[in-house]
Amino acid sequence: MTRRFTVLFSTLAILIPVLVSNPALAVNPDEMLSNPVLEERAREISKELRCLVCQNQSIDDSDAELARDLRVLVRERLVAGDDNEEVIDYIVARYGDYVLLNPPLKPETYILWASPVVLVVLALLAVFAFYRRKSRDGSPASESLSADEQARLDELLGTSENDGKN
Amino acid sequence: MRFSLAVIPLILFVALAGVFLLNIDKDSSVVPSVLIDKPAPEFSLPPLPGRDAGLSRADLTTGNVSVLNVFASWCIPCRAEHPLIKRLSREGGVPVFGLNYKEKNPEDGVKWLAELGDPYKAVGMDLSGRTGIDFGVYGVPETFIIDGTGQIKYKHVGPVTVEVLEQILLPKIAELKG
Repeated sequence: MTRRFTVLFSTLAILIPVLVSNPALAVNPDEMLSNPVLEERAREISKELRCLVCQNQSIDDSDAELARDLRVLVRERLVAGDDNEEVIDYIVARYGDYVLLNPPLKPETYILWASPVVLVVLALLAVFAFYRRKSRDGSPASESLSADEQARLDELLGTSENDGKN
Repeated sequence: MRFSLAVIPLILFVALAGVFLLNIDKDSSVVPSVLIDKPAPEFSLPPLPGRDAGLSRADLTTGNVSVLNVFASWCIPCRAEHPLIKRLSREGGVPVFGLNYKEKNPEDGVKWLAELGDPYKAVGMDLSGRTGIDFGVYGVPETFIIDGTGQIKYKHVGPVTVEVLEQILLPKIAELKG
């Protein structure tokens, strides 16, 4: 009983801080726009853009100097009246598709996008082939030997018995 | 049938090994520039404190091949590559321009050049880093080779080493000069 209580207590001790605390924000209050709609759009765009310094973080998550500059730039473009796509195009024109955390679908990326589907299909085919072969091997037809096979078996067994006697 | 199945892992292994072999020397932190073979962005930067001439796109479109080196006094690799930028300026036979990127204090760049020597024909001061962004700069130092019409022909990310200078930059400049 006490042990169960200890487990419960330590689970809560780990879970509560994780659930209650807010994730640390890289976005500084002084960068934020006063217009909450624009700010929301800025956050959305920032989550799509890769920080080139840290590479596996979005600029929304990164504390890098360049990420900060790009966040400010995104907000400036929004205030200037760009729609989300125009802002993203503006950054892509300077840093390339690489800044997009979601690679766009175009001829250069067909292999990238198709490979998971192709792999799943290949895996399903392999599983299918495996079970089909297994069920065929276990079928009654292959349980009994053909006349040729029986003759060959007898011959082999006969030979080995003879060998044993010699 | 059984033979062909047994060969699949071997084929996969060879294919993967091939992919790895091709990429073993590649630095995954280097992002290919989209600006290669595109005109350099429009910009006009103020001079360093106490100097007359800043730097603008017009400096890059005089009909001569030129080099634009992005540097900052706070950037340690810039200090490491600086002797080679001087060599590039002496041996390349083309003007080398400096883009002084995001100094905390405008004087820092001047002091740095006074200490280490100034190989640049002209230096523009990019305190906001906005011109840097227009050039797709994501890590100083970066070095651009630009042809006489202002088209970006090559970009090197990271410090210039002796190998980079002798095997890439100088030949590339010679080739562009024709």
